[in-house]
Amino acid sequence: MAAPYDREDGLAPAPPQHAPDAYDPNYVPDSVKTFVVHLYRHIRDKNVYEIHQMYEGGFQRLSDRLFRDAPWPSAEAVAPYCDGDHVFLLLYRELWYRHAHARLSPLTAAHRAESWTNYCDLFTVVLHGVVNMQLPNQWLWDMVDEFVYQFQSFCQYRAKLKNKTEDELNQLQQFDKAWNVYGVLNYLQALVEKSMITQILEREKEGLEQFTATDGYDYEGGSNVLKVLGYYSMIGLLRIHCLLGDYHTGLKCLAPIDLNQQGVYTIVIGSHISTIYHYGFANLMMRRYVEATREFNKILLYILKYKQYHQKSPQYDQILKKNEQMYALLAICLSLCPQNKLIDENVSTQLKEKYNDKMTKMQRYDDEAYAAYDELFSYACPKFITPSPPVLDQPLTNYNQDAYRLQLKLFLYEVKQQQLLSGIRSYLKLYSTITIGKLAQYMEVDEATLRSILMTYKHKMHSVDSDGKIVSSADFDFYIVEDIIHIVESKPTKSHGDYFLRQILKFEEMIGELEKVQFD
Amino acid sequence: MATEQAAENYTVEDLVALNPYNPDILNDLEKFVNEQVSSQTYNLDANLSLLRLYQFEPERMSIQIVARILIKALMAMPAPDFSLCLFLIPEHVIDLTNVSDVQHAVLLPSVFVATFFYVRSLNCFESILSSLVYTFVVANGGAIQDIDSSFSLPGGFEQAIQTYAIHLLSLTYQKVPRPVLAEAINIEGLALDKFLEYHAANSGWVIEKGGQSQVIVLPRNEFNHPELKKNTADSVPFEHVTRIFPVLS
Repeated sequence: MAAPYDREDGLAPAPPQHAPDAYDPNYVPDSVKTFVVHLYRHIRDKNVYEIHQMYEGGFQRLSDRLFRDAPWPSAEAVAPYCDGDHVFLLLYRELWYRHAHARLSPLTAAHRAESWTNYCDLFTVVLHGVVNMQLPNQWLWDMVDEFVYQFQSFCQYRAKLKNKTEDELNQLQQFDKAWNVYGVLNYLQALVEKSMITQILEREKEGLEQFTATDGYDYEGGSNVLKVLGYYSMIGLLRIHCLLGDYHTGLKCLAPIDLNQQGVYTIVIGSHISTIYHYGFANLMMRRYVEATREFNKILLYILKYKQYHQKSPQYDQILKKNEQMYALLAICLSLCPQNKLIDENVSTQLKEKYNDKMTKMQRYDDEAYAAYDELFSYACPKFITPSPPVLDQPLTNYNQDAYRLQLKLFLYEVKQQQLLSGIRSYLKLYSTITIGKLAQYMEVDEATLRSILMTYKHKMHSVDSDGKIVSSADFDFYIVEDIIHIVESKPTKSHGDYFLRQILKFEEMIGELEKVQFD
Repeated sequence: MATEQAAENYTVEDLVALNPYNPDILNDLEKFVNEQVSSQTYNLDANLSLLRLYQFEPERMSIQIVARILIKALMAMPAPDFSLCLFLIPEHVIDLTNVSDVQHAVLLPSVFVATFFYVRSLNCFESILSSLVYTFVVANGGAIQDIDSSFSLPGGFEQAIQTYAIHLLSLTYQKVPRPVLAEAINIEGLALDKFLEYHAANSGWVIEKGGQSQVIVLPRNEFNHPELKKNTADSVPFEHVTRIFPVLS
């Protein structure tokens, strides 16, 4: 169950006044007893299918029916039904706190700190390599996803100091070690290293190992938990680095995963979307608009085709939200760097429906344009965090927006520089050759300034891609011979290669399905 | 972890690769920045790690080191390192004033005035460089603090900017008039002649007689000679073709 990201953690803090009989942590309804007994048995039997059914279906149903606003029974209360198994209880608590984060509001610092301790214990057990379970990939992804989410949520929570009560501030001081950024990053890093996932992926490319082919599961009697957690931790690291504003390192963390192939990251739709969203966003901030556009296009097409199959799943809302955000990011990319042939028709139609007005505004580069860029960026960006612990002396302020404001500022600065160049674009589009003197006259600047501006255009339109090569993102280009500017327009041509590739894959899919049909 | 005492046995690159999220390596990373300046080397990952650690522990941030990192990043152009570093530096440390307002800025630390005017005197691409060089106002607990006057520009700064200027010129011009080139790299007279000779011998430049002055013909590449550009309209990047390998096999 992926928690929604856009919740604020409680408004005016009202201490949860539970009437004495409203929540009894030791009361275990019968349905919960059965749930725990069965889940424990399936985990021991390594029956991944059943675990998945109970995890996705059973847990959700019971939560909706019995625990809409209240926490599940405490781990101690359910211990008798699972032989007090230590690891099982860690998993149970993980679900408990996830449920609490989603449904209980406001959540105290004490609860958050306890959840942190639980994750530490759980990951420590996994890192020791003594876990012998096979868990569904959905659960393992949700674990990492939730881990990062709770970290982000805690940073936001403790950065809002203004309205906190004495009690809450004391709790923050008491639990100052909880969710510290070093711990979070080091656990994820440890999972990546201990699982040796980078080596596994390397060896897989040479055919020496089976990982993606088995969806990450281990059919030789071992456990998939460490390996798959290591894999998903790479995506977790990408996400955290984006939250910190370190896009370069984030992309480096993701490097072992080849986004041009299907992989374990595509199995769980939540992980697929999260990967591409953060990858695209990082590329956007690094001015690699073409790459970002390409990836957003692919994922948006994918969501368009397959979202109907996820309507019943608890992640559906999240999927839709990220879908909208990525359309916004795509609108930004295309306004900053117009492209003719990278977008699929269906995606393009959807984009026009949602953002046609805004995109026209943004491409005009006037004052209204900034408002549009601001709006879209603020809607679509991740919830940046300030990782350092709060300084708890007067005066208390809310500094949870600082990180976001910095990124927004730098982004708008980039937009502004594009504005300076839009003037020259409009002139250059009108001519195929023009002398520097004449153009300078039209633009009412002197020749030296014009040369500077032309250079700036080249500087802005050419960026360095991940391999260190210079890549042009301009839809038209020019070169200068002594005093004459020659403009070269790249004509939009039908890209047959891409079309054939898509059709080949589509037909292969269809053939596969036809072969599965059996006539009786 | 053993990395604390083994720090002398590991190079800084190893530390950054193996154990980057570790507050104990902060001092090593700072020393490494100074090393980069004195030995004219550069390592982006180490510098980003240091900026990250400053983010985690703002009390340990050293403005001097941050200034050095930024200038080294500037020297790495066209790589976007400068912007990457800016993403990690909190708002109150750098005031992103538009340089055209520089006269109205509160206080200009001597070093950045030096940088700014030096770069301006290169007289090239003012608009580019003005988009990259920011006024650097350091506010520390309310009192405006000047950067240590012993701060000097790292060695190789001028050459790096000149290399970048030439790079841009070769993206833009097939034939560039001598005065334009001279302005761009801030070299004139005999020094310029020697410079041209060197590049004619080593980088494939050709010096011709042009309309009003000498004209330098820059090497052909796909950016100043569009006909050289591989027709990418119909070509498909190799990585995309790998998508159908499972089908073809």
